[in-house]
Amino acid sequence: MEEFYFRTRGMTVGYRGTPLIKNIDIRLKQGEILTLIGPNGAGKTTILKSIIRQLSLLGGAVYLDGSDMGALSGNELARRLSVVLTQRIHPELMSCEDVVATGRYPYTGKFGVLTGEDRRIVQETMELVHIRELADRDFGKISDGQKQRVMLARALCQQPEILVLDEPTSFLDIRYKLEFLSVIQRMSRERKLTIIMSLHELDLAERISDRIACVRGDCIDRFGTPEEIFTDGYIQKLYGMRLGSYDELTGSLELEKNPCRPEVFVIGGCGTGTPVYRKLQRGGVPFATGVLWENDLDYPAAKALAASLVTEKPFRPFSADSLEEAKRLIRECGRTVCTLEPEAVGELASGLTELKEYARKLGRLS
Amino acid sequence: MKRSRYFLAFFFLAAAVLLLLIANICIGSVNIPLNEVVSILRGGGEAQVSSDIVLQIRLPRALAAAILGGGLALSGYLLQTFFHNPIAGPFTLGISSGAKLVVALVMVFFLEHALRVSSLVLILAAFIGAMIAMSFVLLMSRVLDQMATLIVSGVMIGYICTAITDFVVTFADDSDIVNLHNWSQGSFSGISWDNVAVMAVVIFLASVCVFLMSKPISAYQLGEAYAQNMGLNIRLFRILLVLLSSVLSACVTAFAGPVSFVGTAVPQLVKNLFRTAKPILMIPASFLGGAVFCLFCDLLARTLFAPTELSISTVTAAFGAPVVIMIMIRRKKEEA
Repeated sequence: MEEFYFRTRGMTVGYRGTPLIKNIDIRLKQGEILTLIGPNGAGKTTILKSIIRQLSLLGGAVYLDGSDMGALSGNELARRLSVVLTQRIHPELMSCEDVVATGRYPYTGKFGVLTGEDRRIVQETMELVHIRELADRDFGKISDGQKQRVMLARALCQQPEILVLDEPTSFLDIRYKLEFLSVIQRMSRERKLTIIMSLHELDLAERISDRIACVRGDCIDRFGTPEEIFTDGYIQKLYGMRLGSYDELTGSLELEKNPCRPEVFVIGGCGTGTPVYRKLQRGGVPFATGVLWENDLDYPAAKALAASLVTEKPFRPFSADSLEEAKRLIRECGRTVCTLEPEAVGELASGLTELKEYARKLGRLS
Repeated sequence: MKRSRYFLAFFFLAAAVLLLLIANICIGSVNIPLNEVVSILRGGGEAQVSSDIVLQIRLPRALAAAILGGGLALSGYLLQTFFHNPIAGPFTLGISSGAKLVVALVMVFFLEHALRVSSLVLILAAFIGAMIAMSFVLLMSRVLDQMATLIVSGVMIGYICTAITDFVVTFADDSDIVNLHNWSQGSFSGISWDNVAVMAVVIFLASVCVFLMSKPISAYQLGEAYAQNMGLNIRLFRILLVLLSSVLSACVTAFAGPVSFVGTAVPQLVKNLFRTAKPILMIPASFLGGAVFCLFCDLLARTLFAPTELSISTVTAAFGAPVVIMIMIRRKKEEA
């Protein structure tokens, strides 16, 4: 048990004595990144609030480096754990530097006067999060994305061993999302900072996390490495997705497919088909496509969106059966679209040339 | 640059307190020149009348205005911090009026039984009244999380308490009721040296406690969740904040009755003067600011229509209420 730096044992969390999620067992080594994922309202925030002691546990215990976290004093806890929360703060007349400096709170004396050392750490942390240029700006007058980075600097300034973040990237644009997570990743590697956070961006969660906990119903449905979690169809199940789909491997989302009789046949592949599939989906046009190898770039989108799909095992020449099936679909659809030059693809895909010729002869190729 | 601004602002406030104290002693129905005041304070002084006016009337009154004004502003500062609400204050939240009601009841009771009311009994009564009103505001704040609605409910509580106080004062038949009537409108008149001694001790102790809390207050400014993560015991902190702000406003009400808008306006004015919200600066600055504000208003209350004296609340409202309106407009602009 000692090898785990952070551990919850049989932790039960909830509000006002009503348990929401029971028997949470999380084990993390020092410097690992844990992400909680799960549908809205599943209780990710409740779990985080319980870990940071804002809610009292309804059962079980949380251990930090072998000792019960519930037994730490407020100040001890503050020196070991810091947070970035979703709630906005509205401090009056405080510069960003002032806000960052509040992270030194657990270390300052009776009147909270900063020492030279404290100031040095504040400067250093702002450098680290790339917010030097915000130092003198009024915190109330910067953008949400900037605020979030200031709050990260504030939390890091507290020099914690564990950092807890509740949906830290929600208000950030894509550039700052990546920058934000890069800083976190660097801190976990270089300073052995253990990180526990919740994320809505599954693709990012999959990429950054060492461990993922899936919150669903009244328990942690799965806990493990990203490879263990992101298996076929699990995300759809976890979120109870009824419309649209999620591809665990590529992290790409597709909207709902139109499963009616296909009206258009798409000869695609090598990633040329996907934009067309999506365009058809937007227009509400049911379509068929093929023949695609199961390792083709277009395969995930085709699988998610096509009403009918003809596939072939990777790197095998298209079989007569699949070609027949494709031709049947071409006859059935009013129109055929070809998104690539089949002649240029290579011999293994010569079947595509055949299909294109077939469609042309029928006068269906547009 | 910031430091020199703070230094200048403190210097300005301290100088203003001193000047207004002198003005309050010199100016009045009988103007007494400064050199005479100095000699009276030194124990000399030729005319017995002037000496009495300075030592028995004007000096204790001016000191009371300074001390109580400071306490009131501090109480307002604490309430604004507590509710994260820039227009909160002992008057706008009905706490002064709650204190007034219980003090009036106690006074009438004591007067009817021909008992003397000591300063401490008055403070205690005011504190009980303040706590009752405060509990009510706290209950309301659970339901009303918007800054304006909470204030409206506070003002309503204030009106209810004032109505009952007026009722009690009107129907209590006693010659002392005239005094009671003046007091219930808010006034620094009739303050004795005993009163000054008691209020100085109470307000001084409470203010020191507030100053010692400047670090936790700075944490609380980031909101409860973050404050708690910084190691602050929120429950204890909130209790202390409520108790201290109640003691401060109760003490003021016990001696001077309800003084309107000082608690709301002064912390905001001071904040703008210093351009900071750091508690370690705001606490002493609010105190000084309150003293300046009340000394100035009391000077006007006494002299503007002399010999008729205005109630202090009339004057403080004339200066304080526009500040509150300005704050609300500015807030709205910032939100937009």
